[in-house]
Amino acid sequence: MSTIASYRAQYEAFAANGGAAAPAWLRDARRGAIARFEALGWPTPKDEDWHFTNPAPIAEAELRPLHGATAGAVTAAALAPFAFGAAWPTIVFVNGRYRADLSRLDAGAGVRVMELARAWREMPAEIERHLTRIAPYDAQAFTALNTAFAHEGAVVHFAADAAPETPVHLLFASDAGAHDGVAHLRNLIVAERGASGAVVESWVGLAGVRQLTNAVTEVHVGAGATLRHVKVQRESDQALHVHTVQAAQERDSHFVSFSFASGAALSRTNIGTRLGGPGAGATLNGLYMVDGAQHVDHQTRIEHVAPNCFSRELYKGILAGASHGVFNGKVYVHPEAQKTDGKQTNANLLLSDRARVDTKPQLEIFADDVKCTHGATVGRLDRMALFYLESRGIGAALAQRLLTHAFAADVLGTIEVAPVRDALEALSLARYAGSGTAP
Amino acid sequence: MLDIHDLHASAGDREILRGITLSVRAGEVHAIMGPNGSGKSTLAQVLAGHPAYEVTGGTVTYEGRDLLAMAPEERARAGVFLAFQYPVEIPGVSNAYFLRAAYNEVRKARGESEADPMEFLDLMERKLPLLDMDPAMMQRSVNAGFSGGEKKRNEILQMAVLEPRLAILDETDSGLDIDALRIVANGVNALRRPDNATIVVTHYQRLLEHIIPDRVHVLAGGRIVKSGGKELALELEAKGYDWLEAPAA
Repeated sequence: MSTIASYRAQYEAFAANGGAAAPAWLRDARRGAIARFEALGWPTPKDEDWHFTNPAPIAEAELRPLHGATAGAVTAAALAPFAFGAAWPTIVFVNGRYRADLSRLDAGAGVRVMELARAWREMPAEIERHLTRIAPYDAQAFTALNTAFAHEGAVVHFAADAAPETPVHLLFASDAGAHDGVAHLRNLIVAERGASGAVVESWVGLAGVRQLTNAVTEVHVGAGATLRHVKVQRESDQALHVHTVQAAQERDSHFVSFSFASGAALSRTNIGTRLGGPGAGATLNGLYMVDGAQHVDHQTRIEHVAPNCFSRELYKGILAGASHGVFNGKVYVHPEAQKTDGKQTNANLLLSDRARVDTKPQLEIFADDVKCTHGATVGRLDRMALFYLESRGIGAALAQRLLTHAFAADVLGTIEVAPVRDALEALSLARYAGSGTAP
Repeated sequence: MLDIHDLHASAGDREILRGITLSVRAGEVHAIMGPNGSGKSTLAQVLAGHPAYEVTGGTVTYEGRDLLAMAPEERARAGVFLAFQYPVEIPGVSNAYFLRAAYNEVRKARGESEADPMEFLDLMERKLPLLDMDPAMMQRSVNAGFSGGEKKRNEILQMAVLEPRLAILDETDSGLDIDALRIVANGVNALRRPDNATIVVTHYQRLLEHIIPDRVHVLAGGRIVKSGGKELALELEAKGYDWLEAPAA
């Protein structure tokens, strides 16, 4: 049986059993989505969007659905190192299943945090308005597959003008119980008009087992709202990870995204936003740092469909060992999106002769009064900076490690959620500079 | 302290230094002057071990050691300091971390114990006023976004912390207004001791009004074409460099 047929069989079992409780519109969407997935089939390197990432390890893997399995035996203590030293409202999923006992949903006035299956009962109008409507799946096989199984996942809702002081943490952990399993987590984040909120999404692997995360996060940013989204991907080095974060922005809104990736054997993160009203802005930054045989792929897509919007993008990559990085940044400027101000940069540091990176910035501009730039670099450490450090007595090896950390810290410094920024800087420091004090 | 004998150096296949011979003793200040392209900055960078230059001939002896055989960091640990003409920006490494790492490397080389962050803070509180620098500068990334004057002051601050035996200032005056020039010069003068020496590389005489040299050397075409006392700098200021013939190659 092909894996596509396996997923069809899994869908039928899910639709007849655990999936039956969903509202009718969602059951219809799932049915359409599994058919779409079958029609599309798995992407291959012949597809433009998958040219540098071969999804065969995913397409060929016979995996069992984790939504029917029992949740992992992970304890609060095991998750403590991933809490950023903060007592944020946190919703925890282990091996693809919601864990009420590990979650702390009270997020204060104006903020609601809950699992998806509860949200479609308690706020059906909001869910129906946005879920499956933001992330397209007509041509995206993984999103179609995720939609077919949309059931487990987190919903965060910021009411109009809500401005909570703390972020909401979505923590997705897996342990050895996830081996050869697949979880299709589906999240929805809604920031209503004038709200200002932050959501941190952590993907953490506690055991080195093969498993697939196929996740989708939809984000609605209402008029004048600001939503900060930080994704931290630290899956195990055996994991397969596909995650689409798709935002839809209304006028004068701001979507601030950061994607950090240091885990997984094969990961693909799609970050997209649609600047749908005038005066909106998007900031998409990220850092990938991998080693060994890891493959890390980021695809970003910024769609300017309204005038007077801006987008800023800075992605950096550090590739060691025989790792392979891919960055593909697309910026579309529609004819009506005059006065668009776009800037995109991708910079990569290769630490070994065997490491490789493919970077492809793409600008497609159909308006005539715009200011858009892009640039990509692939290189080694700056020789002048190395000499400068050496000329002060700092040995060549330490100078190299310091500059590698500095390369990472430069973009990590843009993370506006301070505890996450500090934790990731410490991670980079321990990895590259071999010391605990911040440079 | 420093004996340079018939030093030749190239960048790629272009020979820039064509036989420099110069001796600097402890306690002295030597000025190296010369027109653009004369090789004076190259001399400064070769002494610090800049990787862009290849030494093709001659010797440099520093306190009895073969300087040219030492890696740049070994030279620094042995007390050689180059104040860069164009200090390098290092986004992501704070000035404080950078300076403390450098300070501890130099201390270790002298057989002294490493300074912990508190001791280092005390040291900085003594050194920063020397250059009229805001302590907030220590938390900023090394030279990143610094003005030209801030970068040059930061160089001399590093010198004040590392206390080199041989300081080489490469066009430290370029791009400085008169106030910044005075601050930098005062900093350099405050660091002078009988057992250290300074080489000041400059195009203009004005820095030498503040840092009085014992000897002035004029470089042209990669060689020293004239040496004299401090009055030579004034003569150059009045007449320019044209009256000095570059030696035939």
